[in-house]
Amino acid sequence: MRLSIVHRTAYQYDAAVSFGIQYLRLTPYANASQRVIRWTVEAPGKLTRWTDAFGNSCDTLIFDDPGDRIEIVAAGEVETSDTTGVLPDEQGGVPVETYLRPTPLTDADETVADFAAPHAEAVSRDRLDGAHRIATAIRDRIDYREGATDVQSSASEALRNGYGVCQDHAHVFIAVCRALHIPARYVSGYLHVADRDAPAPAGHAWAAVWIEGLGWVSFDVANRTCGTECYVGTAVGLDYESACPMRGIREGGESAERLSVSVDVREKRRPAS
Amino acid sequence: MTRFFDEMSLPDGEVRGAYRALAQWLEDTPVERLKSKRDEAEMLFRRLGITFLVYGQEGGAERLIPFDIIPRIFSAREWEHLSAGLIQRVRALNMFVHDIYHEREIIRAGALPAETLLANALIEPHMHGLDVPRDVYVHVAGIDIVRVAEDRFYVLEDNLRSPSGVSYMLENRNTMMRLFPDLFASVDVQAVEHYPQELLRNLRATAPAGVDDPTVVVLTPGSYNSAYFEHAFLADQMGVELVEGQDLTVRDGQVLMRTIEGLKRVDVIYRRINDEFMDPLVFRPDSTLGVPGVLSVCRGGRVTLANAFGTGFADDKSIYPFVPDVIRFYLSEEPILENVETYVLRKPDDLAYTLEHLPDLVVKEVHGSGGYGMLVGPMSTAGEREAYRARILDCPENFIAQPTLALSHCPTFVDEGIAPRHVDLRPYVLSGETVSVVPCGLTRVALTEGSLVVNSSQGGGTKDTWVLDS
Repeated sequence: MRLSIVHRTAYQYDAAVSFGIQYLRLTPYANASQRVIRWTVEAPGKLTRWTDAFGNSCDTLIFDDPGDRIEIVAAGEVETSDTTGVLPDEQGGVPVETYLRPTPLTDADETVADFAAPHAEAVSRDRLDGAHRIATAIRDRIDYREGATDVQSSASEALRNGYGVCQDHAHVFIAVCRALHIPARYVSGYLHVADRDAPAPAGHAWAAVWIEGLGWVSFDVANRTCGTECYVGTAVGLDYESACPMRGIREGGESAERLSVSVDVREKRRPAS
Repeated sequence: MTRFFDEMSLPDGEVRGAYRALAQWLEDTPVERLKSKRDEAEMLFRRLGITFLVYGQEGGAERLIPFDIIPRIFSAREWEHLSAGLIQRVRALNMFVHDIYHEREIIRAGALPAETLLANALIEPHMHGLDVPRDVYVHVAGIDIVRVAEDRFYVLEDNLRSPSGVSYMLENRNTMMRLFPDLFASVDVQAVEHYPQELLRNLRATAPAGVDDPTVVVLTPGSYNSAYFEHAFLADQMGVELVEGQDLTVRDGQVLMRTIEGLKRVDVIYRRINDEFMDPLVFRPDSTLGVPGVLSVCRGGRVTLANAFGTGFADDKSIYPFVPDVIRFYLSEEPILENVETYVLRKPDDLAYTLEHLPDLVVKEVHGSGGYGMLVGPMSTAGEREAYRARILDCPENFIAQPTLALSHCPTFVDEGIAPRHVDLRPYVLSGETVSVVPCGLTRVALTEGSLVVNSSQGGGTKDTWVLDS
């Protein structure tokens, strides 16, 4: 499937910003399920490209006196194919065991451990089947509700709340898998939804688990599915903190920041030959 | 009763060769003169402003570390043995850090358990696959050594992150030379004052490839840090800028320093700020001490951090028991310095043994340092042991235990006169072009009679450390 993607992020401030620096992870990576045809990142400042340890294409964005509005646009075309959600360990990157490490957002506290415990047996019998059961159980437990949580919400909080967004589903899934010694990682990127007319107000996030002999198997817990050709990944990491599309600091701009995001993912039909 | 190794005298009372001139001098010098010299030394240190902050005390009290005027002395032969062991250890640890962030051969070979190692939270994911100049990660190491017999030196701890104390080593010598010029005229003591130049030479040698005349800076968290004096001192002695995070900025894939002549590129940052505070864009977002964006410059190979990110796992107390194997694996040599037998309380057998033998053991927190929060069994009360037992049981994996070592003692000038007090040693090992160690170290002394805790935060003092020429 050929997907055309436009991801706009705009920050509006009460006063002019004098300086800012951000790490951007907005460029899709290349692997067995996706090939980048063309891609650009535009921002009101200088971009320096680098690759982080997870193999993500990053840009350091620096803006001097950009005014009170900053807009960042990542756009391009990606050719995807369906690998039934399975990816080989495509790049050297970090060793798989790193993805067993808990982070503040995916800490296996008592709430997480209690939720994980009943799945231990299924996981020890068949990891992949166990992961499917965990994904289903999490989705049954946590309602999809927008605006009720934020990027600082941990897996444990989401479990206790019983509601959250795709990011929370991913964090809970990662925390539970790691608690059961399955390496799990966070993926941020884009999702193509065929019947959506308007652009989405946010990017998408899901998770992937490492199954020895198979590779990374992605789970979109929020949508009760494994990866398909509708998914385009831009960054992987231990959690939202290390795979998020943007993270930065600024000077000036006062305290208030109004963020607006629009993500438009469309299938690009090839002309009939 | 334990017989402790005496640094100055043989068991029969005869003075060791290296101490002969000193012993004679002590005999010839009236106690009154020693007292007045000690007061003079204290005044010199106060004037220099060498103080340190004691954490955990009300008001973060600023204190002078007591200085003892009787030096601790090594013969040239003893030092040769010790320094060979230090260089061997630091070479192997550097190779270990490189390996963990690259091929991980030590794990593939089965020499170290993968799970213990790779799940270690001090391994920095962002360092994987990154090449650093000359494969040097640990530019400055402070290796804590205790001596129990003639040629038996134990490594107590490897400090591979941001070891401090070297300014005391240098100022102790400086002070001794001012107070006792006559003594230095009669004994051939190897010089130490070139340490800052050696440090600078090694830092410059690890500048990014293609940089001809590298600019080095010392990055400090600021004047509220307990080691600020040292940061300023080293910058001054090396003749380089002392900067804080706000003086540096990332532009065009480089780190630049704000100077009165404009922005200037920085090639090597000798940083005395912990990893987690260095880049708020990847580590702690609330840190204002570091340089936002510096990780991207590191990964681009355009700046060298000394020490590199992510060296902490290699000096972690959970890795410590494996260091002899690390030396054997990378160098195919037998370790010259000994490791203290260590019980890892994560293991049920070790835990059971430790709980049964608390009065004989020293128990430490895996991630602790500075002598805070440890239990010294032989010096503890039954109540303290009970309280500590509860802490251990609450989270055994947070603790290790070691036998209480018979630390050597050295004559020390205390209120009662000259009396033996236990000492340790922190030599500083530099890596860059080569691995080397300046013939000296910071000798720490437990001033309380019988005490084995030498940490300055726990009432320890320091001594000048001499390595003789021949």
